[in-house]
Order: sequence, then structure tokens, then C-alpha cells
Amino acid sequence: MALELRGITKRFPTVVANDDVSVSVEAGEIVALLGENGAGKTTLMNILYGLYSPDEGEVVVDGTELQLSNPSASIAAGIGMVHQHFMLVPVFTVAENVILGLEPLKSLDWIDKRAAHDLVKEVSDRYNLAVDPDAMVEDLPVGVQQRVEIIKVLVRDARYIIFDEPTAVLTPQEVEEFFEIVRGLQRDGKGVVFISHKLSEALKIADRIVVLRDGKSVGEADPATATREHLAELMVGRPVLLTVEKETANPGQIVLSVEQLAVLDDRAHLTVDGVSFEVRAGEIVGIAGVQGNGQTELVETITGLRPSLAGRILLDGIDITDHSPREIHRIGVAHVPEDRQESGLVLDFTIAENMVLDAYYDQPYSRGFRMDWDAATEASQRLVDEYDVRTTRVDVPVSNLSGGNQQKVIVAREFDRDVRLVIASQPTRGVDVGSIEYIHAQIVEQRDMGAAVFIVSSELDEVMALSDRVLVMFKGRIVAEFDPASATKGEIGLAMLGSGGAVE
Amino acid sequence: MAPLSDLTTEPVGDAGPSSPNGEPPNGPPGMMDRITGVGEGAGRALLVPALALLLALIVGAVIIMVTDVDAWRRMGEDPGGALGDMVTGVWVAFRELFQGAFGSVRAISETLFTASPLILAGLAVSVGFRTGLFNIGARGQMFIGGLFALWVGLHVELPAFLHIPLALIAAIIGGGLWGGLAGFLKARTGAHEVITTIMLNFIAAFFVLYVLKTSLFQEQGSDLPQSAPILESARLPTLFGAQYRINISFLIALAAVFFVEWLLFRSTIGFEFRAAGFSPSASAYAGMNVAFLYTTVMFISGALAGLAGATMTLGLPPYTVTSNFPGTIGFDAIALALLGRSHPYGVLWSGLLFGALIAGGRTMQAAAGVSVDLVIVMQALIIIFIAAPKLVRAIFRLKPTEVEPTQLTKGWG
Repeated sequence: MALELRGITKRFPTVVANDDVSVSVEAGEIVALLGENGAGKTTLMNILYGLYSPDEGEVVVDGTELQLSNPSASIAAGIGMVHQHFMLVPVFTVAENVILGLEPLKSLDWIDKRAAHDLVKEVSDRYNLAVDPDAMVEDLPVGVQQRVEIIKVLVRDARYIIFDEPTAVLTPQEVEEFFEIVRGLQRDGKGVVFISHKLSEALKIADRIVVLRDGKSVGEADPATATREHLAELMVGRPVLLTVEKETANPGQIVLSVEQLAVLDDRAHLTVDGVSFEVRAGEIVGIAGVQGNGQTELVETITGLRPSLAGRILLDGIDITDHSPREIHRIGVAHVPEDRQESGLVLDFTIAENMVLDAYYDQPYSRGFRMDWDAATEASQRLVDEYDVRTTRVDVPVSNLSGGNQQKVIVAREFDRDVRLVIASQPTRGVDVGSIEYIHAQIVEQRDMGAAVFIVSSELDEVMALSDRVLVMFKGRIVAEFDPASATKGEIGLAMLGSGGAVE
Repeated sequence: MAPLSDLTTEPVGDAGPSSPNGEPPNGPPGMMDRITGVGEGAGRALLVPALALLLALIVGAVIIMVTDVDAWRRMGEDPGGALGDMVTGVWVAFRELFQGAFGSVRAISETLFTASPLILAGLAVSVGFRTGLFNIGARGQMFIGGLFALWVGLHVELPAFLHIPLALIAAIIGGGLWGGLAGFLKARTGAHEVITTIMLNFIAAFFVLYVLKTSLFQEQGSDLPQSAPILESARLPTLFGAQYRINISFLIALAAVFFVEWLLFRSTIGFEFRAAGFSPSASAYAGMNVAFLYTTVMFISGALAGLAGATMTLGLPPYTVTSNFPGTIGFDAIALALLGRSHPYGVLWSGLLFGALIAGGRTMQAAAGVSVDLVIVMQALIIIFIAAPKLVRAIFRLKPTEVEPTQLTKGWG
């Protein structure tokens, strides 16, 4: 009983996305498919899901070779897929979403809602998913929406379940709950493929790890014996520094000072509730916290994107509260935004256009109303070289770049000027291991050149590795401060959940 | 038609599986982008419209054949002769269409004269598309812009070299305010521009109908909603004498094409327009004032449509203005922007194409007896084929991009 991919090769006009890749998963086994963005993981999974047909190789399910020409064929073969971006109708209930496409009918083609409800309830109870069949999907947190996707797959009798980057959208607690669910599936005899680029998660959940690089399968590892360093080297193809190398901080004068700041979120709830802290020149202050505790709104308010309700923000002693994003940018605030594809970049614009996205109105990129594209192209070319953005040209859409290279475009744009304060939100989310190393080094360099650095990340490891001081945010307040050199992950983790830790 | 497949080589920047990281790109383009063609590579942008035109001509030929009543009557006794008549009918119709569009100096004059307001209005819709706005209100903006110009043309007495510019400026202001109003409403209240511009169209149309019957505009002694003739000094001068209708409106349209090209691609505010069109949140992050941009671009869009209206009130012999002077141009403009992929040069070429079809269609009706409505059918077919690129690719058996991701839940926003 196994799902096997044998010698899969898939070529695209300019690239071989999969080159003789063989992977298999047995019933009751969890296999992690590890690789950087662009290593060919998603192509492989799209072949399994019938979206692409391979140029060479075969897909074998329980000993039978199959031609998967469309998703229905995959589903019929017992393959289920939980996509990174959920395929749910937001205004339908959970039960309605689950039965979409295989509606149980009563006479006169009435949909049997009772049966649908019971079906979802039964599956939810059996696997301990705790999903209310009558809840509206748009009202559910992301973690629960993911469980709805899992129920959809289970209801369709999947024996092999593929998760594409399942933890990318989850909070740390949701990740724990998700792992429990996956273990439950395993106990029930399902074969699970877990696609990820996160080393620690693969080591934690998998029975076996397969590493892809540049479309080839470059090795298998046993999580019991493999180390993070070894896996990272397999993924990237060279030794990678997983910790951040930095000297002891040498804090200078206060650069950013936030005093009793209060902010409302989009639904007019108080989401930042009297926050005060300082960041000095030459130090990195990190905010740890579960996402949704006010960090996003805090950063938006400091950078001028969201109005404050009360309190003050000072930069070098000057009040910048509720100044426009442009004014704040111009006095030397570099902002790496939380969602690079949504707000950090215009994906349809070229690299050059993105490089001048927040400086186009100044010389040398423009004079009066006239853009100087030659100057912009020239500067972009220099920045691309200097900041190691992997591209041959700057006049191609930035959407052609991998996540890591997109983030380097933003880092280049924001850091290549006199910076007093760096604000970086989720600076390495969805970024490959090699680029993470590079971006971290750039942030530390800004600190060493005398900038004040303020980072927000939902990855506790990242906050601890980068920061000289760690503040913990919970329900809109700063509830604790730690020295990352002496604090443990457990202590900070507890404070993130609202208990323990010394209140500032 | 096999050689056409050579043209499918996708340009750099096309969001296909050829992206360098070998994985599908980050999500499909938005519905709006796919309709308007904003964000497409150049090669592909030309291919589909060209094929759409070809298909429209083929379907047009079929329509001419199946509506050839005389030939059908003979089909029983002499099928060969009847078919021959049909083919001859198509040949004659298309020959006259071409003759009427390009066959003589007069034909070319008619084509360019007809194209001018189409180009201006098409540009109006295009700048909206580029900023992510669906300006359905070119018609209303033509009404108001044209009316402002008409008032200046009737009541201000100046030498021509001052009178005409003043009337055109009045049109820019009138159309601009009417369009800017919709932009302002969107920026301040979030009212969707599709709704507001449609409603403003009605208001403008009935307002013009009303004022044309007031003494301010109406000809003395007339009871029709029709203006008095505008003063000689406000009439747009013809380029090659009075026997040809082509006038300086064509030069205005050409200037507008270059202006819009400069505006969108070489000016700072055009950079902001395009950024806001692709990603309002990234524009806000970059310190742009998106609400201000919506108002500004709708003013510019309205101003271009207003100019189109002015060419109808100041440039159309006998220089009296009736209550439906924009005709269907306000809506043809949307089709033009789609056909021209919202690029000013694209709009120029598609405006010339539509101008040729309309001008040629008049000759075709007169000389070949095929209704001018066929031209409207062909225009509509072109748009349908452009809106359904998959259909065109299927008909010509072009290699599709392997997986066109299914659009799930994104609307016009």
C-alpha cells in the first residue's frame, strides 16, 4: 500500500522543474518533502493532482500505474490535497463547503442538509477536529478553515493526503494542533506528504525527509539522526549559517520612542492598548507575540499607515505621530512590510519600478513631473548587484522572482540610503534559507552602522536570534521584556500566551 | 493557419510556467487585469486582437452569406450559382467596405474624422483602466464637456485663434468635473465608480436634453431640442478644405495619444496611477495618496471624454447640436480601450480601425446593399473574441499556457 512517483521528469520551456524525481509514501507514514522555493515541490504535487502531466515517469498507487489527467482522476485514486491557499466559499457553511460537488440529495433534488451536517460532524469527531458544521467559513480562524479542507479531503475517501506548505498561515499554537491532527491521520493509516521549506517542522513531524533541489531529489534523511545544518546544506547546496552572527550591541541614544500609544483596528476595536517602548541607535529590539495581538497595527501606526487614537511617537525627539508615510520615509525610516506581495511590491511592475516605488518623486529618479527611467534603471542595476538579487535584467516583472529575491528587492530599496530606523515585519516569511541568512546579515549591518532596528516576527526563533532585547506583546500590550541571551524559548513562549514574565 | 502558432512565443514577463524559478507564479492576475489587458506582455497583446479581427471578418462574411435572401431563393434550382452569388456578395461588400474606408481621399478623410472622437474617448477609458477604475461614464462626460464647449461656441465672441482654444478648455473643465465627481465620490465615500458613472450618464443626458430646449441654447423659433448654429469662429477648422470633413480634431486626438503615453509611462503621477491600478495597498505603503489619485485620474479621464464631446459639438457640420450628439461613442470607447489593451498606441490603432469600419460601412450599405448594422455586429464580435482569449486560442489551435489558474472569488473589487 503506497503512493509512488517513479522517475518523474517535467520540463517547461526554460527550465526542468522536475528531473528524474522518485518519491513514495506508505500508508501510515508521514513524508516531508523539503526544498527551497523553486526546487520543484509544487510542480511535483501538481503532477500528483492531475494539473500537469509528466514528460517522463509514472505515478503508481497501490501497485497500479495511473494516468492522472485531471484532479477528479486524482481524487478517484484516493489522493487528497490541502492547498496552501484554501479553496473554500467564504459565505457558505462548513457543511455546504464540504459537500460541494458531491451533494447528498433527497427527492426532487433537494440537498439533504441534515445528512451533510451529520457527515461533517462524524468526520470531525472521529479525527478530533472540533469543527462546527453550521459555522460560516468566513467567520472561522485560518487554522479551522484548514481543518475544513482536511474534512473535505477525508469525506472524499482520500488515503494519501498532501499538504502544501500547511503551516505558512498558522500561528504557533495552530501549528501544534495541526501536527496533532496529522498524527491522528497517520494512526488511521493515511499516507501523508508534508511539503515545506521549514527545517524544524520537517524534523518534528516526519518519519522520513526527502530533499529536493533544482528539480532533483538530492537526498533522504531520517529525522531521528539528521541535523538542521545537514538538511539546510542539502537544500541550498552549500553550508548555511542558521544562527545569526553578531557582536554585542552597543546602544547609543534613543531613536524611536513610543509613548502610551493606543490604536484601533479596522473593526474599531482597541488593538494597541497603551504601548510604550524605546529603541536606541545600534540595537535591535524584537517583538515576539502570536499574530493578531496588535503587532501589525503597531507597525502601521509608527509608519504612518494607520491613525493613532492616543499617545505619541517620537523619532530623534521629534514628534512624528500621524505624519504621512512619505514624511516618515523621508526622515530616514526604512520599512520592510509584513506582506511583501500585498503592500511591499507592485507585483506587475518591473524590478526597476519597484526599486523606486517610494523614492520616485525625488531626484535623481524624477525632475518635476518627469520620471527619469534611465536613472532608475541604472540605480536598480546597481542595487540588484549589491544586494544579490538573482536576476539577469531589471526590466522584468518582480513577480518572476522567488520570494527570497523579492524580499531582497525590498531590503535593497529600503536600506540603500541614510537610515535612522529600520522597521521590519516578518522579514523572512516565505523566504528561502539562503536568503534568510543574507537578510539577517543586512539587518545586523544596519544596526552596526548605527541605525535603530525594530523587528516583528511570529517566528520566535528569528526574534531570539536577531534581537538584543525581546519585548512580548499580548492583547495589545507589552507584557514582558527578555534578554534573549539568557531567556529560554519556554519562558518567552509562556509570556506570548499571556502568563508569566516580568511586566515592564 | 498553422504558422500562426509561431507567434505564441510568450514574451518575457508573461506569467507562465517559464518563470525562472520553475514554479507557477504568484497567483493569477486579477479579473480586471485580464479584461483590460493591463499587465500583459507586448507580443501576446497584439496577437489576440489581430486574430479577433480576422475571426470577426470571417463571421461577418458568413452573416452576409446567410442573409443573402435572393441567393437562398435560387438555392433549389441552381445551388452552384447561388453559392457563387453569395461569395460574390461577400467580395463586393468587403470591397466596398475597404473602398469606403481607404479607397479615396474622401474615404480616408471620413475614416480619420470618424476615428478622432473615438480615440479621445478610448483614451479616457484607458487611463481609468490603468488606475484600476472602470469608467463607464465617457458618455456623460462627453455630454457635459460638449455642452460647455457649445455654450462657449454660442455666446462668447472672440477671434477663432482664441475662441477655439477657449471652447476646448471649457470642454476639458466640463468633462473633467463630471468625471472627477465620480472619482471624488469613490475617494470620499467608497461609492463604486461603475454605479456612479452610469447614473451620471443619465443625469447628463437628460440635463442636455433639457437645456437644449431653453433659450440659452435653442434656436429662435424652433421647438426642437436642437441648438442654434455655433459661431463661425468656434468651428473646428477643416484640414483640407470644406469638401473634406476631416478637421483639427484628428490632430487633437493624436496629441492626446502622445500626451497620455507621456502621462502614464514617463510622468511621476502616471507612475502613481499605474501603481494604484495594480495595488492600492502597495501605493499607500509607498506614500501615495490613493484617494487623491482616484479623483485626479477621473478628472483627466473625464477631460479626455469632454474633448471628444467638443469635437462633436464644434466640428460636425452643420454645426447645430442635437440632444444625442455623443451617439454610441461613449460605449464604443470601452470597447476601444479593451481592443487597444489600455495602451495609448493601442487605442490609436483600434480607434482608426473602428473609424474605418464605420466610414467603410456607410459606403458598403450604399453600394453593396449590406446593412451598416453589420459593422456594429463585427465590432461586437471583436470585443467578444478579445474578452475570451481561450476561445481564440482554441479556434486557431494555439498552444495554451499549460494551466490557466481558475479564478475563484475575485471580482472587480
